[in-house]
Amino acid sequence: MAKPMEQYTWRDLTVGNVVDELGNSTEYHTGDWKSQRPQWNQEKCIRCGVCWNFCPDNAIEKRAGEFIVTGKDGKKVKYDHYFVADLEYCKGCGICAHECVTGCIEMIEEVD
Amino acid sequence: MTKRIGMEVSLMVSEAVKLANVDVVAAYPITPQTHIVEHLSELVADGELDAEYICVESEHSAMSACAGSSAAGARTYTATASQGLQLMSEVLYAVAPMRLPVVMTVANRTVAAPLTIWNDHSDIMANRDCGWIMIFVENGQEDYDQTICAFKIAEDRRVLLPVIVNMDGFILSHVIEPFVPIDQKTVDGFLPPYDPIYTMHPDEPITMGAFSMPEMFTETKKAHDVALRESKAVIKEVWEEWGKLTGRQYTAVEEYKTDDADTVFVTIGSFSELGMEVVDIMREKGLKVGLVKIRLFRPFPTDDILSILTKFKNVLVIDRFLPLGGVCGPLAEEIKAALYAVENSPVIVDFVCGLSGRDVPPEEFFGMYETAVDAIKKGAVEQFYLWGVRE
Repeated sequence: MAKPMEQYTWRDLTVGNVVDELGNSTEYHTGDWKSQRPQWNQEKCIRCGVCWNFCPDNAIEKRAGEFIVTGKDGKKVKYDHYFVADLEYCKGCGICAHECVTGCIEMIEEVD
Repeated sequence: MTKRIGMEVSLMVSEAVKLANVDVVAAYPITPQTHIVEHLSELVADGELDAEYICVESEHSAMSACAGSSAAGARTYTATASQGLQLMSEVLYAVAPMRLPVVMTVANRTVAAPLTIWNDHSDIMANRDCGWIMIFVENGQEDYDQTICAFKIAEDRRVLLPVIVNMDGFILSHVIEPFVPIDQKTVDGFLPPYDPIYTMHPDEPITMGAFSMPEMFTETKKAHDVALRESKAVIKEVWEEWGKLTGRQYTAVEEYKTDDADTVFVTIGSFSELGMEVVDIMREKGLKVGLVKIRLFRPFPTDDILSILTKFKNVLVIDRFLPLGGVCGPLAEEIKAALYAVENSPVIVDFVCGLSGRDVPPEEFFGMYETAVDAIKKGAVEQFYLWGVRE
């Protein structure tokens, strides 16, 4: 959208309120809705990508970054990526935490 | 000009839809609309009308299919009645603000219960504020004419709104009436192909019927309301053009023998045809009575109502729907609201009658007239009279 919603008059609207520009849903920051946000324990995360797959809003990003963690057997494991929520769009639904295989995602209260 | 022939009014409507060369008909049969869609289905099956006839499983699907085809740029038609219109209701409220110029005939029928198949206006009045243009016809010829005009009105880029043409079920739909047909060439010259602003097409993706936030919703309603109100000028223009073409003139509100009248009946739908006969009989008996016929119900012709009805002492409104628990009938409600701020406005007496096809012959109008005159004299006019009910 060319300007914030509050600045549109009724005359500015397209006929039938058609949205004629592509992909402008990204301008809608659904992250404002959340009361909780997911937090990953990168030591416990096995990078399986289940959270990334299940997120209904594509709000989980796979980011590059080197992590060396200690596995259950005491051996060091090296990862080249990690998962994190894009808080601009994450609604805080908690599906990632619910689906997480290792229980490494914790939903924590949003505080002002 | 071709000569007058006789035809069932429902079939006249189908023939008009054929002349409008529609691309898609999506309909579910319901009494008393059935003959319209049956005949359209025959026309398509026989190759006389090159259109897609979509057999749907319900009226909700019928109107949804109409929304889709109209959004794709197809000239789209459907017809329904009664419970069928109620089942469509949700989608009616989507089609109008999406500015999809679907044309629909409603063969007005009572909404159950008790289950009944006959005519009154309970179906359309339950949906009167869904944002469609609404026209009421008084006879078969008008139904035929208005069906063709409806496409031109709906598809005009200054309008782009769906249109409902209301015809009284059975009273019109199942009656054989004389009418003057029009030829295809004349209709083709009158009605250009539909040229939509937006269409659903994979090459140029857009979103129709999107979500709206409270910050924007009021503005969307204002835009729709303005479009609906301003459509009146285009409707007038289209009717004038049709008048030049056929010699048959239509206006939003029409007067009959009102020049020296002190009392007028206000009618809508087929009562308008009957009303002329009533006025003729009453005039023979020396009563200064006239008739005001409302043809356009949405947008409501408030300005015409104000300029016309303020000329008379008494206004007797004939409603064909009982709004349970309400102030009065829907037609009287609009008229009373319009005249509220007018000084020395006429006395308005509302009669609710003809429910579920109960016959209202001309002599009943004498009874209504006497009841109104008596009540006005006594200064005890009730909000409405449920006419003919056995106490």
